[in-house]
Amino acid sequence: MGFLDAILGRTKPKQANLDDLFGVPAAAITLQASLGLRPTGQGAVCYRAAGGAAFAETEQEILALLRGAADAPDVRLSHDEFGYTWLVVDDDPEDVGDLCTDLHAVNTTLAGQGFGPGLLCSLIPFQDATGRRVGLVYLYKQGTFYPFVPSPGGTRQRESLLERQLRDTLAAELPVEQETSRWLALWGAPGL
Amino acid sequence: MARTRFVGDAGLTLRMTTVMFLLGALFVGLVVVLMGVAAGSGYTGLVPVIGLVGIGIALYQWYNSDTVAMKAMRAREVSPQQAPELHGMIDRLCAMADMPKPRVGIADTRLPNAFATGRSPDRAVVVVTTGILQTLDAEELEGVLAHELAHVAHRDVLVMTVASSAGIVAGMVTQGAQYGAMFGGRGRNNNSAVPVWLAMLVVSLITYAISFLLLKMLSRYRELSADRAGAYLTMKPQALASALQKISGEMNTVPDRDLRASQSMNAFFIAPAIKGVSLRTLTSTHPSLEQRLEQLARIQAELSRPTG
Repeated sequence: MGFLDAILGRTKPKQANLDDLFGVPAAAITLQASLGLRPTGQGAVCYRAAGGAAFAETEQEILALLRGAADAPDVRLSHDEFGYTWLVVDDDPEDVGDLCTDLHAVNTTLAGQGFGPGLLCSLIPFQDATGRRVGLVYLYKQGTFYPFVPSPGGTRQRESLLERQLRDTLAAELPVEQETSRWLALWGAPGL
Repeated sequence: MARTRFVGDAGLTLRMTTVMFLLGALFVGLVVVLMGVAAGSGYTGLVPVIGLVGIGIALYQWYNSDTVAMKAMRAREVSPQQAPELHGMIDRLCAMADMPKPRVGIADTRLPNAFATGRSPDRAVVVVTTGILQTLDAEELEGVLAHELAHVAHRDVLVMTVASSAGIVAGMVTQGAQYGAMFGGRGRNNNSAVPVWLAMLVVSLITYAISFLLLKMLSRYRELSADRAGAYLTMKPQALASALQKISGEMNTVPDRDLRASQSMNAFFIAPAIKGVSLRTLTSTHPSLEQRLEQLARIQAELSRPTG
């Protein structure tokens, strides 16, 4: 926010920056090769639903678009205790590219209807052979990715070492968030 | 291609600019007049000193605004472990607004209130009272937090400090002139008809009065502007509106009782005789609930504009 904007109390909502999502398929290959993490086929978009009919219409449009495709993925909506909505897409685990296209479509539709400022993040969960779940989170406002690894057992603790390892692994493929204070926890997110 | 549902409020910006300009002009005018008055009497050195001391105090207050305000409200800072929901909410709002996360404090008082202070967005603190935590539900609390975060992003503490400098200097000079009335002027022979201290006192008092009104006006615009930013951040103007209604206790602005239920009372209702400018609307730091609800309603309409 510039100096003049600060003086005049002007606000411009921060718009989402969406293009990096297509880097995920390449990153998925790297994760599988180096850490044995496979995509679960799930992905979710987290956003703030706006009040009013326009948003409901847009949401219906998105659901119809996703469900209307030939190899339609399983799509559902869930609401968390923070008042955010998760649109969960359950697609073929072998085809991450398809999943990313779906997530991208959700985001561009919302942004196209003027709801871009309401987007919080997208989440793509991965899983290794032992069943440990790892989340790759895309922060829209930053246009960066960060890893989120909750400890198994639901104790609300994070595996910071594995997260840092993931950051270093992904650094070559994706724009990774350097500020660890922006690595927000997403407890109870769908797919984790 | 992406269309925006965010409409600027040119009127608000214009009013804010005008007030800022008037405040600046007032400050310059005060200094010039005081220097002119003082120049004729040998007090020339005094005015800049008084002014600098006044501004120094204001800057000190601004620099330490986070700790001072926390102490005044007896607020304590809470860690994410102590208040996970509150921190989680602010974390997410900051991620959506793309701003650094402020520190979080809680004040133990039943009065439902919240405030944000601090010299810069990096050193800001957002404080809520236990009263507001009990009064509001999660959605409304989020609306209030978004409003406070908007104050942080707009650097309102800095703006109000700078804007109040004319009033502070005028206030200091008023006091200085009163001392001048008591101690000075007696021993020396003053040829001018009006004593210097009296002229200073009058000029400073007038400046103080004008700057007081302008400041209150500016404060009300900043509140409206923070409401707007907060509502667009949470995308739920309704939540902030109901929070405001709850906090201000003026629930009866929009009665939820059925009109027909109070039929027998209708005969006794009287309309407010005069609506418009009163002393209260001129001197309050916050806009009236009615004004704030009006603005939120406009944002709501913009957000629910049909697609396509």
